[in-house]
Amino acid sequence: MAEKSELPQGTLDLLILKVAALGPVHGYAIAQRLQQVSRDVVQVPQGSLYPALHRLENRGLLSADWRQTETGREAKFYRLTRKGQSQLETETASWQRLTEAVSLILRMSEGGAE
Amino acid sequence: MRWRHRLLHRGQLEEQLEKELRFHVEQHAADLVARGVDPAEARRQARLALGGPEQVKESCRDARGTRWLEDLWQDFRYAVRTLGQKPGFTTVTLCTLALGIGATTVMFTVTDGVLLKPLPYADPEKLLAVHGRSAIWNAAAFGEQNVAYLDFLDLKRATRSLAMAGWLYSGGTVSEPGNAAYVEWREVSPELFALLGVPLLAGRTFLPEEDRLGAAPVAILGYSFWQQRFAGSTAAIGQSVVLDGMRRTVVGIARAAFRLDGDEPDLYTPLGQNPGRFLQNRRAHPVGVLARLLPGVTIAQAQAELSAMAGRLAAQYRDTNADRGFDARILRPDVQDVAGTLWLLLGAVTIVLLIACANVASLLLSRALSRERELAMRTALGASRGRLVRQCLTESAVLGLSGGVLGVALAALGIRPFVVLWPGALPRAEEVRLDWRVLAFALAVSLLSGVVFGLAPALRVPTRHLEQALRSGSRTLAGSSRRLHGAFVVSEIALAVVLLVSAGLLGRTLVRLSSLDPGINIRNVLVARTALAPATLASPARIRIAWDEILERARRVPGADAVTLVDTVPMRPGNNQNGYWTNAAVPPENRQPMALSTCVTPDYLKVVGLPLHEGRFFDERDRMGSEPVIVIDDVLAKDAFGRDEAVGKRLWIPDMGSAPLKVVGVVGHVRYWGLAGDDQARVRAQYYYPFAQVPDAWLRRWSELMSIAVRTTVPPLSLVEPLRVSVRGAANDQVLYEVRTLEQLARSSVARQRFLLLLFAVFGGLALMLACIGIYGVLAYLTARRVPEIGVRMALGASGSDVIRLVLRQSASMIVIGVGVGLCAALAAGKILQRLVEGMQSGGVGTSVGMVAVLVAAALLASFVPARRASRVDPVRALREE
Repeated sequence: MAEKSELPQGTLDLLILKVAALGPVHGYAIAQRLQQVSRDVVQVPQGSLYPALHRLENRGLLSADWRQTETGREAKFYRLTRKGQSQLETETASWQRLTEAVSLILRMSEGGAE
Repeated sequence: MRWRHRLLHRGQLEEQLEKELRFHVEQHAADLVARGVDPAEARRQARLALGGPEQVKESCRDARGTRWLEDLWQDFRYAVRTLGQKPGFTTVTLCTLALGIGATTVMFTVTDGVLLKPLPYADPEKLLAVHGRSAIWNAAAFGEQNVAYLDFLDLKRATRSLAMAGWLYSGGTVSEPGNAAYVEWREVSPELFALLGVPLLAGRTFLPEEDRLGAAPVAILGYSFWQQRFAGSTAAIGQSVVLDGMRRTVVGIARAAFRLDGDEPDLYTPLGQNPGRFLQNRRAHPVGVLARLLPGVTIAQAQAELSAMAGRLAAQYRDTNADRGFDARILRPDVQDVAGTLWLLLGAVTIVLLIACANVASLLLSRALSRERELAMRTALGASRGRLVRQCLTESAVLGLSGGVLGVALAALGIRPFVVLWPGALPRAEEVRLDWRVLAFALAVSLLSGVVFGLAPALRVPTRHLEQALRSGSRTLAGSSRRLHGAFVVSEIALAVVLLVSAGLLGRTLVRLSSLDPGINIRNVLVARTALAPATLASPARIRIAWDEILERARRVPGADAVTLVDTVPMRPGNNQNGYWTNAAVPPENRQPMALSTCVTPDYLKVVGLPLHEGRFFDERDRMGSEPVIVIDDVLAKDAFGRDEAVGKRLWIPDMGSAPLKVVGVVGHVRYWGLAGDDQARVRAQYYYPFAQVPDAWLRRWSELMSIAVRTTVPPLSLVEPLRVSVRGAANDQVLYEVRTLEQLARSSVARQRFLLLLFAVFGGLALMLACIGIYGVLAYLTARRVPEIGVRMALGASGSDVIRLVLRQSASMIVIGVGVGLCAALAAGKILQRLVEGMQSGGVGTSVGMVAVLVAAALLASFVPARRASRVDPVRALREE
């Protein structure tokens, strides 16, 4: 099993928005999906998942309602709002710019820039 | 309105949060079970993965934007509940705070009204006062110079940057309607009311065509005068008043709040109707000039234009305006002489407030310490430190604000008595009232003191060694908190020392001043300003006869021993200063030494009991046409002639004509400036000249200033009515006003000091009481916490008196440090008092020692009670409690 790495600051919100973009989902499922998708590489601190969800809801990026799960239990489902959608797009773009820039710099030093 | 929804549906939100987290844990556990984990173990793992449920919930609550508001409300209710549970503590704290904040609010209200509020005119920052300036004017002695009427008219006509209005100070006798009485009256240019931007209450202001000689005589009534004479009826407009014998039609009524140069005049008349010759003379400068900057003009531009105008006038009127300039300054209320007193009292009252805060802080700290376990418990349950600090601060803010509300209520009751008790007339007293400025101040003070006294206890919220705090119970006491308590007691004592020593110094000063010899015999002398019948003022001969008659009639009043005329009375406001020289080569005005000039009749010596040291006083020989003579006092004799014999020498006094005056006698020095003020007064030399030698040309002006003084054989105030009746005159319009005894004047000359002493004594007593409560509270608390230790000591053989000594030693060290710090601060306070209070002298070590002794005794007494209680500790029970 690969060593688990810490999630960079601020990326949790982005990941949550991405997962929620796929359709209404409850907190536990978000945690599960993040772990599955990232193949257990990313350590999702469950303790900070809910504060993050509530913060996003409060900022109007997510909306929530209570509905039945497949097993017939009541859970709070989060959904991406229109505002959340555009936020997701800008953040994704800026994340990509950032990672490109970072990897560019890393390659430069490998190439032995002066 | 989402925040409101959240606030109102807090319970529902909490329930949902709980449900959401429970779902998470159960789902996780179910997944683990499905993977073959034992159900109990699965639940444990799921819970561990999520973390402490309360911490997670707290973070979620934080994530809601309205968190602070919810907390505030919660903390507020919690604070009210906990305070309600300890009514004794709450009452003591609230009373302390209410006293501190109330006293501070009263002083702020007064200071604000008198010193800080802008003048009650429209756009007061655009208003200027225009003063005259010349090289020879002695501004240090006489203050700012006014402006000649003709210069004022020229300036008003020509300036483009300023609108101007002028006013002249006058007094006169109103003989109709009602009884004849002296009135304060201002002759004003027609623009005045409009310039100040204050409309009249009713009627109209003067018209430009009324502002000239021979125009229809009109008057505007002052509000108070209108209330008294016309019972506040607007029918007054169109009726008439008779002022100095001239019937004037009332055209308007001024507003109640309207003040001109700080006074509320009884009447206003058009300045241009004054026939006085002095108004046509550019050498006389009687007109006060107010100006308003026109839109878009700066004060520098206005000043430049005034200077240019002055240059043009100087070229045109070489002999009168050669060195004359004009200065424009922002108009400020004239309150110079009370400013020091007010700041002093505000400072003193702030000290009381600080003591109150220190007191409450140490009370709260004691409580915070006994609540240490509670706080540790709550930290363990997931409360963050910031959250607990916030809650402690909310509690002290609630205390502070409730104290503030009570304080404002106290202040509302206290302001009027304060203004009434103020010695003499408090300038701008009409501006002193509770308003939003005061409320904002009180709110700020309450919140600030809440934070100040709440911070120390709040920062005691435990962070580390939780377990230890939880286990140790309430019996241990960290050294740091003992030091903190000690610091509060020390600062309270130090502040109380400052106030008490200051009060002691003031008391000593008052005793010293009251025992000073005023230089005259102040017992049984009545003085009253006197206004001649207006009809007599026309001719100098009639004026002389009228005064002789007044003296004659007054002399015949039973109980009157001797009667004199006098223009300026010792210790009464108002004086006359002239430059003098000892030879004919008199230097310019501002280089001449100055002396106080008094005009009297021969009996003055007898009436006020002035000691004659050399030569003679005036008598029947000194009349118009005989050689002009003066009598000088010791100080002038020494200043002018040194050790030489003064009698027979001559003095040149330019203001009294070009001829020299022969010194015929030397009398004792009189404390003219009052008991307190005379020693450090700038002008102390005095001379007297006979009323009989006042030239005819000046007689009318002089007659407006004369008072009669009567030495009585009976209590002087019993003579007021007989005297009033006897001088009434044929037309019943000769009036006495400002009737005082010399004793009253002497007392009022130290009234400021007496008032300050009274307030400092009250504040000092308050400070002493609060400090004692503080010491008592802190020691009671500290010893209660040391009961087990004391128990051990007693079990090991310490006696009751050993324990008492132990506790007293602790308080003695706090008292000693507090007194030390306080004495240093008191030294500085003494310097400030010396600067601001007339007649204060340095020193007073004995007084300070006495005041400190009182404080130490009271403080030791306050610590004795807890000490004694500690000495009665039953060792067995104390040890068992541990």
